[in-house]
Amino acid sequence: MNGLMQQDVNQETFVLNLGPQHPATHGVLRVKLLMDGEYIVDAEPVLGYIHRMHEKMGENRTWAQFLPNCGRMDYLSALSYNHGYVAAVERAAGIEVPERAEYLRVITVELNRISSHLLWFGAFVLDLGGFTPLLYAFDDREQILDLLESVTGSRLTYCYFRFGGVYNDIEDSFITGTREFIKRLRKRMPMYDALVTKNIILIKRLKDIGPISKDMARRYGATGPVARGSGINFDVRRHEPYSVYSEFDFDIPVYDEGDSMARYMVRMDEIEQSMRIVEQALDKLPEGPVMAAKPPKIIKPEKGDYYYAVEAARGSFGVRIVSDGTNSAYRLKLRSPTYSNLSLFGEASRGMLLPDALALMGSLDLVIPEIDR
Amino acid sequence: MLLAKIKEALNSLYEDIQEAVEAPAAAEAEAAAPEAAPEAETAPATEAQAEAEAETAEAVEPAAPPGPRETDYKAKGYHLDVELPPGKVVAAAEILNRENFFIEAITGVDWIEQQQLEVVYDFNHFDELCRVVIRSRVDRSNPEIPTISHIYQGANWHERETHDFFGIKFSGHPYLVPLLLPEDADFHPLLKDFKA
Repeated sequence: MNGLMQQDVNQETFVLNLGPQHPATHGVLRVKLLMDGEYIVDAEPVLGYIHRMHEKMGENRTWAQFLPNCGRMDYLSALSYNHGYVAAVERAAGIEVPERAEYLRVITVELNRISSHLLWFGAFVLDLGGFTPLLYAFDDREQILDLLESVTGSRLTYCYFRFGGVYNDIEDSFITGTREFIKRLRKRMPMYDALVTKNIILIKRLKDIGPISKDMARRYGATGPVARGSGINFDVRRHEPYSVYSEFDFDIPVYDEGDSMARYMVRMDEIEQSMRIVEQALDKLPEGPVMAAKPPKIIKPEKGDYYYAVEAARGSFGVRIVSDGTNSAYRLKLRSPTYSNLSLFGEASRGMLLPDALALMGSLDLVIPEIDR
Repeated sequence: MLLAKIKEALNSLYEDIQEAVEAPAAAEAEAAAPEAAPEAETAPATEAQAEAEAETAEAVEPAAPPGPRETDYKAKGYHLDVELPPGKVVAAAEILNRENFFIEAITGVDWIEQQQLEVVYDFNHFDELCRVVIRSRVDRSNPEIPTISHIYQGANWHERETHDFFGIKFSGHPYLVPLLLPEDADFHPLLKDFKA
């Protein structure tokens, strides 16, 4: 009698390797799954496939030379990362930013947030088996890329902000273009709602799937739509108003259910809120310079450490700077939101069906280069 | 409100180390030095460090009274700066956990001149803005600090990352294997003497 044949079928498990080249992991993420049939016993995300050691790069180049790195982390909301880094250095070096520049930062960051959410929306529904919404979402997203390209010069890895302001001023065509785009997207959102959100297949796939409790989110440090989908009213833009966010009237969508549907709804609602912010910012856009009058050419922040957090599309992005008073960072810590958000996947996916766990993973909105840094 | 509450709670950790942190003579002499660099050590632990610090006199901090220090939020971006010996970090995490703080990050800083590694813990609160920074220094030749991953499960990955980058050993960690670095990595790239 051999031992293998005698194994109790009820105790039988096997290891399943998901990724690193699996389309549902959206990049090079690998998940080692211990499976009991179709059910997950344990899941261990394996990271590092696209690790580039951005934090070391921060130490061995000057403050300004690090700027383009920001867009290579979360490439879908590059401007939020750009903003976080620039603002952290401005705080450390005591650089003032003109008001118009702050408004332009908010406008472009929020447009970037919408484009990020639209891409997530398309890719997420694609994960669940719906192909068409992706094409619609990319159609809309393309409009934003055109708008941002006209301002920043690039379509994806933006690097528009500088210490003390922004790279260049906008043209009138950007303002009219943005207003037209918002009008267009407002017309499209009800279509998304009818086509996707109210779709019974989507609801069946997401409702009550992958619940994340408030306490789990806290213990893992989850932020952004993941936390807000678990009933936590936490948004850095409101919690710790930076830049000029305190000037605008907008809501923080919060859903208490904690399931994948709640996270889906948070992001869909946030698109509307971001449009409201952009509209108000365009209305109030002050005249004036877009760059501080005399930003220091060589930046030497005082010794000490500084922290600055912004609300990126995926949650709280924090920059911790330790300066030794020279032209480059002594230590640059980049706290990326999805890193913490993904870390709860092992616990949250326990006991789930594999296809449901993929829905959960999609609802976390992973961007792997930002996790691996 | 929250800030005062957590400050008082964390202050209780210092009760039994008030006397133990009595600064050596070298540090006392430095007490007259100009304003402290916030990242500098409270008190040098050995004579060798005292010498090293004396050489970089401007980096040395006067022997500040131990305890949580409130910082200028606008300039620094955090509210409370808490320097603790490694043995007290778990107790601090328990206090923060009781007050429903969430963990933002754990990282390290290599203070090679002082032959020390600093472990930095960032905490924040969902309801009220209150950023608490816990920092603790360990000996660079034998960096070891207890894990807090049983209190904050999110610390698991942050500690693994800090172990990757600095070689800091988090004792009691359930699974301290490379996370971002290759599985056979025997180097720690964020150490200042790391050569690629």
